[in-house]
Amino acid sequence: MKTRTIRALPCAATLVAAGLLLTACGSSGGSGSGEQAGSTSFEGRGPITYVAGKDTTGVVPKVIDRWNKLHPKEKVTFVQLPTDADSQRQQMIQNAETKSDAYTVLSLDVVWTSEFAAHQWIDRLPEQRFPLGRMLKPVVETAKYRGALYAAPASSDGGLLYYRSDLLKKAGVSGPPATWSQMKADCAKVEKLPEAKGMSCYAGQFQKYEGLTVNFAEAVDSAGGVVTDADGRPDVDTPAARKGLDFLAGAVKDGTIPKEAVTYQEEDGRRAFQSGKLVFLRNWPYMYALAGKSKVAGRFAVAPLPGLNGPGSSSLGGHNLALSSFARNKATALDFMKFFSSEDSAGTFLKEASLAPPYTRLYDEPSLVEQYPYLPVLKQSVLHAVPRPRVVNYGDVTSAVQQEAYAALTGAKSSAQALKDLQSALQKSTGQ
Amino acid sequence: MADTTLPPGTALRGHGSTPGAPAAPANRRRRTRRATSGSARMAVLLVSPTLLVLSVVVLYPTLMALRESLYGPKGLDPQTGFIRATEPFVGLRNYADVLGAAGDRFWNAFWNTTFFTVVTVGLETLIGVAMALIMHRAFRGRALVRAGILVPWAVPTAISALLWRWIFNSDGVANALIGRQILWTTEGFHAKVAVIVAEVWKTAPFIGLLVLAGLQVIPQEVYEAARIDGAGALRRFWHVTLPLVKPALLVAVLFRCLDALRMFDLPYILVGAQKNSVETLSMLAQNEASNVRFGPASAYAVLLFLYVLLIAFAFVRLLGTDLVGDGGARKTRGTRRFSLSRRTEVTA
Repeated sequence: MKTRTIRALPCAATLVAAGLLLTACGSSGGSGSGEQAGSTSFEGRGPITYVAGKDTTGVVPKVIDRWNKLHPKEKVTFVQLPTDADSQRQQMIQNAETKSDAYTVLSLDVVWTSEFAAHQWIDRLPEQRFPLGRMLKPVVETAKYRGALYAAPASSDGGLLYYRSDLLKKAGVSGPPATWSQMKADCAKVEKLPEAKGMSCYAGQFQKYEGLTVNFAEAVDSAGGVVTDADGRPDVDTPAARKGLDFLAGAVKDGTIPKEAVTYQEEDGRRAFQSGKLVFLRNWPYMYALAGKSKVAGRFAVAPLPGLNGPGSSSLGGHNLALSSFARNKATALDFMKFFSSEDSAGTFLKEASLAPPYTRLYDEPSLVEQYPYLPVLKQSVLHAVPRPRVVNYGDVTSAVQQEAYAALTGAKSSAQALKDLQSALQKSTGQ
Repeated sequence: MADTTLPPGTALRGHGSTPGAPAAPANRRRRTRRATSGSARMAVLLVSPTLLVLSVVVLYPTLMALRESLYGPKGLDPQTGFIRATEPFVGLRNYADVLGAAGDRFWNAFWNTTFFTVVTVGLETLIGVAMALIMHRAFRGRALVRAGILVPWAVPTAISALLWRWIFNSDGVANALIGRQILWTTEGFHAKVAVIVAEVWKTAPFIGLLVLAGLQVIPQEVYEAARIDGAGALRRFWHVTLPLVKPALLVAVLFRCLDALRMFDLPYILVGAQKNSVETLSMLAQNEASNVRFGPASAYAVLLFLYVLLIAFAFVRLLGTDLVGDGGARKTRGTRRFSLSRRTEVTA
């Protein structure tokens, strides 16, 4: 018996080695920097890095080459992170937590700005160095934390309503709907057509993931509500917000939104629209070119998102450039950020990678509109857009939103209850 | 034919690694004692690099995690709007929270993890043993069947999760087969089913493989003896095959249990993050860590670690799983004695 016990111990110990490795990943804490922000001196010139997600278009190296030719002594190296946004964020946080100077200029998703600024992982930037006045206002807002600029807007993105122009025309509808009730009425007309048999009316991104936060915030904003107010305080348990959520939950219930749409991410919705299952779809501009090569080519068009009593408001996507607090050669970095987010570079990114620019003028340029016919609509979308909640712990806020919105959409909770629970969850996680 | 000659493996082991064969017990004891005193120092010397590496990659991180789990998340200074520089020491509060009001999510993850482990390992054992029995048979195309059964095990979990996500899509193969639309990746029991199906598909071959290895060392004559004694196929399986593959099977089941308790990538990719129906402890710890709350994340990971340790210990103590190998001497010896005595009966 005794030998057994003795033998058992090392046995068990060997076995859990694998389990131990898991515990290890939690142990990367440490103390942050104590320095005050806002007093950064941008000094030092020399080689720096630009850190962003994997570039599938090949444009980023091209623009960086242009910089490197002009500044042979201040070369920029492109550090590519995984395509997945969560892993990008994780690697950037790891870099900051270890105070490494490996990353200089970070390409941040617009919703990360507050978190990175509050942790002082990125430096406050001098506003006069960037042409913010020539940019769309909602886009600039995404780069600010507590009224101070922490990033330079590099690209933007807004939601569009894709619709089957052929069917709408055939059903005698003159133009795209501006409100939700108009959209439902248009659907009723379209569904009477023989070719619209088995079609559903509307879909967006309703799977339980970041896309649901985007769509929920759009519904709430389009009904005149807010998720968080200008100071980042949650204020979602309101009649207006309820009308927004009621629209989504009611539409799932009455079949306006097909049941399977609660599993849709961007690509699922796009496939459904392209295979002729949907009359209306909320999606990002990226889909325009792809749908143009599909079965519905030439039979669809885009419009701004509809709302409760008039045009709705989109959430904002896109990326901002931020400067890592722990980087060296910050003078070079600032110059590079200015160059990389300039109207010239933004034009290149739009032309070659169809990234929506932050600059107002580019949306109206005839040659670009010819290339991307959706630009004027996108401009309207971005101009009326409301950024997603700008809070420090965005991760907690978005998961609370997903939790409650999903419960309301799948009918597990009434929208009133969901919003009440969401308000208290948000208050808890924002500490207000 | 096989009843007169010992299989080469057993014969060798009888003379070599297990000198405890009835021949000379006294002789052996003396030799062992002298060998121990002489080689003990040498053994320590040889093992020390391993211990060093283990303490760097296993012990140190564990201690760091334990320490980290005593700290809370950094607070936000409402005046400046900046996160405070240091993590506050909170003692055991992260653990106390698990038992308190904030524990709902932890216990949900805990039961999910346990449920997945019990159900998947149970199913895998049944299917794995069946697979092993099929693979063990001699028939034309056996190599093909073996390869076919092992393919799922060779597919990386993340890839298999993607494959199954297509299958369980709203207009995927699974729905086409059953003829009605189940939204597998939404919250609910069906999401658990999806994870279990994908997990069993992938890992049953692992048990099959280990059990097959166990089956291959069972000497053929044991079966012949049993057959002559009049045992039917079922009794032969129950009283001969099962006891003899038990050591291999237990090791396989234990490995699978520990693996299943750490389950992360399959539910994360197949169904999605933060889905209450399939959130496991690993996913919960990862979620906390990704929200820059390393303290609670470490506490969850430590609790999972203790849970895994407990299960491993229970296996070793209660079921006598033989992992290190030295215990195996006793068992194989017993087995061989059994087969030897059987053989004498047969030849007599």
